[in-house]
Amino acid sequence: MLSEEDQRLLHILSLDSRLTAEDLAIQTGLSADYIKKKIKQWEDDKVIVKYGTLINYDRLDEDKVTAFIDVKVHPQRGSGYDNIAQRFRKFPEIKSVYLMSGDFDLCMIIEGNNMHDIAQFVSDKLSPLDVIESTQTRFILRRYKQDGIEFHGEEERPQRLMMTP
Amino acid sequence: MKQYLTPTARNLKPSGIRRFFDLAATMEDVISLGVGEPDFSTPWVMTEAAIFSLEKGQTMYTSNAGNIELRREICKYMAKHQGLTYNPDNEILITVGASEAIDLAMRALISPGDGVLIPDPSYVSYAACAELAGAEVHYVHLRAEHEFRLQVEDLQSAYTPNCKVLILSYPNNPTGAIMTREDLLPIARFASEHDLIVISDEIYADLSYGYEPTPFATLPYMWNRTLHVSGFSKAYAMTGWRIGYVAGHSDLLNAMLKIHQYTIMCAPIMAQVAALEGLRSGESAKKEMVMEYDRRRRIVVNGFREMGLTCFEPLGAFYVFPDITVTGLSSEQFAEELLKEEKVAVVPGTAFGPCGEGHIRCSYAYSTQQLNEALSRIANFVKKRI
Repeated sequence: MLSEEDQRLLHILSLDSRLTAEDLAIQTGLSADYIKKKIKQWEDDKVIVKYGTLINYDRLDEDKVTAFIDVKVHPQRGSGYDNIAQRFRKFPEIKSVYLMSGDFDLCMIIEGNNMHDIAQFVSDKLSPLDVIESTQTRFILRRYKQDGIEFHGEEERPQRLMMTP
Repeated sequence: MKQYLTPTARNLKPSGIRRFFDLAATMEDVISLGVGEPDFSTPWVMTEAAIFSLEKGQTMYTSNAGNIELRREICKYMAKHQGLTYNPDNEILITVGASEAIDLAMRALISPGDGVLIPDPSYVSYAACAELAGAEVHYVHLRAEHEFRLQVEDLQSAYTPNCKVLILSYPNNPTGAIMTREDLLPIARFASEHDLIVISDEIYADLSYGYEPTPFATLPYMWNRTLHVSGFSKAYAMTGWRIGYVAGHSDLLNAMLKIHQYTIMCAPIMAQVAALEGLRSGESAKKEMVMEYDRRRRIVVNGFREMGLTCFEPLGAFYVFPDITVTGLSSEQFAEELLKEEKVAVVPGTAFGPCGEGHIRCSYAYSTQQLNEALSRIANFVKKRI
């Protein structure tokens, strides 16, 4: 069970992973030594698995296409969906793999430079696999919010007065 | 045309913040730490509830005292979180912000010439509302060496036999100071011995960090003589919705209700709907905001201390009140020169009463990025002067 201080520490880190232990000490009231040890322990235990950067490609002239591929598969005797998912996650194009409830079994997130790249990946690499029964590809057209961050409209926040009592 | 004005209206001083507002408004790229309101939008569940109610056509008056469901929910909240029991039928009044509750209390309690004890520094409206009601204002010095906690000796010095009302505001604007139950007990005894009615403005009670606020009405013999004022503006980020409330003895509340019904009629219904939803399902959003303020509070206190200014640790509200005397500047000079040189807007401590001299008020209801930039500019300014 995480203590309230540790929950707070993880929360602040999840907002900004660039903060130093000293920055975090100021913001939490914990000692920098404690924070360093705790972060090391979380890294070793794979609680913290990566320090990420969320990029809004819509702001750049870079073409980047993301798609959700829903896949229906034949589960395998003994390993169910695990071996199949294991195989999928080796493809570098596939950024995430989830076992889902509902009409499809697995949901994968795929990134490519354009729609053609993704279509080719699905037709050439995924669909021929004998475990796959069917696929459904859905492209992301616009990102409004991701990982709790609003991508459009944040700059349109209403103006506050310069000073109030 | 000034001859038509009453002497009270003519002589009422404008808020000390106004001048800086006007000055800052003429400049570009100013970073302001001058805003006494949350930088968060009202939690969506509350806004959505108000939109839905409008779609259903709920656009009419509520009862003068406010929507009975909201009054009941406030009573439940106060009983659960503050150990205070009020009857929603006649001991709660929904007002247009806590500001209206303060004004109503003054108008219901004060006859011309009555004295009102007001801590100095404190929120700009207290003295003005008291004066508008015809009161004689007696400032009670709050001292930095006591972390701006009201001391009974200072209360005694300011007291005269015409005093009828004492205003308290903890957690405090502008200092961020708090008072514990032990700190408040002698004040309660004083109020009882001198037959004072206490207007306790507890609008910042939910914004407190690492301590449990003590509602003044919970102290021995204080329920009858306390008007507990609060509202939704600060903790629920609802400043523009203007919903406050006051709880107290029905005799006092009935008089305030009469003034309210002849002047305001009732608080706006859509804002009351949003407030009701806040009490029912806004708790987690409120907690997240409090956690975020706490984080920023630590950054700002540390920032001021690192630049060599004395800054006691505020445990409530979202203000810091650093001591700037080491720069050799008065509060007004500091705020004005800082604005002109570094384009950072802060409020001089004297805007909150003469005892605010030597301090500035900085709000930390801003993003970490804005706070860091403002602190860096202030540090640059201070470095040249110490």
